[in-house]
Amino acid sequence: MTNTIAVLVENRAGVLDRVVGLFSRRAFNIESLAVGVTDDPTVSRITIVVNGDEAVVEQVEKQLNKLIDVIKVRTLEANRYTGRELVLVKVNANTRTRADIMTICELMGARVSDISTNSLTLELSDTPERIETFEAMLRPFSILELARTGVIALQKGNGKI
Amino acid sequence: MKIRATQAIMECLLEQEVDTVFGYPGGTILNLYDELYNYQDKIRHILTAHEQGASHAADGYARATGKVGVCFATSGPGATNLTTGIATAMMDSSPVVFITCNVSEPLLGKDSFQEVDITGIAMPITKATYLVRRAQDIPGIMRQAFAVAATGRPGPVLIDFLKNVTDPKELVDYEFIPWTENRTWGSVRELSEVHGLKAPEPDHGDVDILAKMIDESQRPLLICGGGVVRGRADAEFRTLAEKLDCPVAITLMGGGGFPGSHPLCSGMVGMHGSHASNKAVHDCDLLIAVGCRFSDRVALNPKTFAQNAKIVHIDIDRAEIDKNVLTDHHIVGNAKRVLELLNQRVGQYHHEEWKQSILPLRQPQTPEDEEKLTPKQVLETIRRMAPQDTIVATDVGQHQMWSIQYFHFDYPGQLLTSGGFGTMGFGLGAAIGAKCAHPERVVVHTTGDGCFRMNCHELATVEHYGLPIITVVFNNGTLGMVRQWQNLIYHKRFSQTTLDRGPDFVKLAEAYGLKGRRVTNRQEMEQAMAEALSCGCGYVIDAVLDMDEMVRPMVPGGADITSFLLK
Repeated sequence: MTNTIAVLVENRAGVLDRVVGLFSRRAFNIESLAVGVTDDPTVSRITIVVNGDEAVVEQVEKQLNKLIDVIKVRTLEANRYTGRELVLVKVNANTRTRADIMTICELMGARVSDISTNSLTLELSDTPERIETFEAMLRPFSILELARTGVIALQKGNGKI
Repeated sequence: MKIRATQAIMECLLEQEVDTVFGYPGGTILNLYDELYNYQDKIRHILTAHEQGASHAADGYARATGKVGVCFATSGPGATNLTTGIATAMMDSSPVVFITCNVSEPLLGKDSFQEVDITGIAMPITKATYLVRRAQDIPGIMRQAFAVAATGRPGPVLIDFLKNVTDPKELVDYEFIPWTENRTWGSVRELSEVHGLKAPEPDHGDVDILAKMIDESQRPLLICGGGVVRGRADAEFRTLAEKLDCPVAITLMGGGGFPGSHPLCSGMVGMHGSHASNKAVHDCDLLIAVGCRFSDRVALNPKTFAQNAKIVHIDIDRAEIDKNVLTDHHIVGNAKRVLELLNQRVGQYHHEEWKQSILPLRQPQTPEDEEKLTPKQVLETIRRMAPQDTIVATDVGQHQMWSIQYFHFDYPGQLLTSGGFGTMGFGLGAAIGAKCAHPERVVVHTTGDGCFRMNCHELATVEHYGLPIITVVFNNGTLGMVRQWQNLIYHKRFSQTTLDRGPDFVKLAEAYGLKGRRVTNRQEMEQAMAEALSCGCGYVIDAVLDMDEMVRPMVPGGADITSFLLK
């Protein structure tokens, strides 16, 4: 079972190290981790997707709360948040296959960010599920390289963590 | 007021009422030691033989006093030599501030001489680490470090100053603020707002529920954990135990939290727990654990631990709740406050029948009359001859278990032992720390020949500072606890545990300018103890014991708590 945890931390050197170190030390599995500064330049937001049952997530949350650089921790309720991930994918493309790939891009709402005689680089920002669909659709054309950012998420409505 | 950066560090120590520091100088920390020279009438520095000894001494000082211990070391090897001591303090929640210095800013990250990323290394074994790169941050960070070490669940903190920050030309703004007030200042206040540096007020509703559970229980059991000791909640705990009139089991770290000689005490619980305590865990219908984290040495099999009981967990650290053992009810808060509230709500109970089914199983403690010396005789002799308030520092292994089984500890800080980390070589350093804190008390250091060999060089510190510490070596010529496992589980294949080698511990003591004596029977032990108590200097008793003595009882790791491998 995957859970999405949003963490606000002090934007200081070594803080990410501390958070990630905690996960490896306590043998929690991270599926993805995304970090960036917030509207307050002294605060960063880390979004972590972890794999584990309720007890694991509860421990993650409690242990994170103990780190003094951590300001706030919240496990986001399923379906009560907007989660997005960015993928960049470079796929084999020539004059014969280019049109088919473009159809997939149009259907999925992806954009072309680079083109060459033998390849297309595409970008898509969407939910992890749709990104996986996109990837599956492109696989027959031979994916040369792929990079995902990991999910970032905000609660729906007025709610803040 | 502008003062030197190093002066600010010293002033911040004085703010925290620090009067004793343990440490070892070196290249990068020279500026700090130069400043210490100006402060030598206010801050006593104990120079150990090795940084590890200093780290254990600061830890022992903290455990014996309940105050924050302080330890200095230089960069690189000085700093890494602290790590075992830091981890020891972390696992046993002992508040110590470790101060190291690192190379100067331009040399940082260049693999310079004696450079190491100690804040990185110490990250998983501290509550917090600070790398100080600007002198103006000193007062804020020093205050925050002490606040973090001492509050909530206590623990070690490391501050690493770059050498250029401690340059005599560096000046900082400093204003004296007593520690009781400085938690409302600057960075400490901000931290306090987010992390609540004060212990959370226990939920009164939760306490009411526990009072009701107690009222419904026929067979309650109290477990006294390290939190009772760290939180100095011994008086409140005793009141509760007497009101409940039920057996009290003590964890290794709980020694001193409840008087060992109290008629309600059922002895230690867990792997080497007494029959009484372990049976009580199995038979009780309500288990109230105070400040204990159900480690794998207590809740050997977390699934069957107290399976007939409702488990209630009182702890200051929310992350401990439901971590190792699933509980039926919990109260988050410091032990003293929770027990205070609970005592207001519970009346006097009588559990005569339940007590009678448990307490008589406590081993009778009479010295045997055997020809050769036994661990029991050694400990009974010490107990009989040393004053009741004697502080006992142990190392790790068989002698540690025997010491805790046979001594009765009456107050927090009387037993200094490395429970969580199990650090061999902890005892002598800890004894030095305790003796510096309480020169008026007798300090006995029990150790094995394996443990003692690890840090016996601290006898130099014992001699230099004239600390009359009594070291009792349980010398069985083997790593006894490991041999015990090899004996019982590894088909007597004694791989690398026989210590048939020097040194002669009596001669070693003499070489360090101390006194010593080898004892092989009870009479000799008595004579040696009498001499040790009266000689006024450090004394080493080399007690020669049989190699195959075992710690009894014993429950193997992971087994049900009453599945004794050894009775």
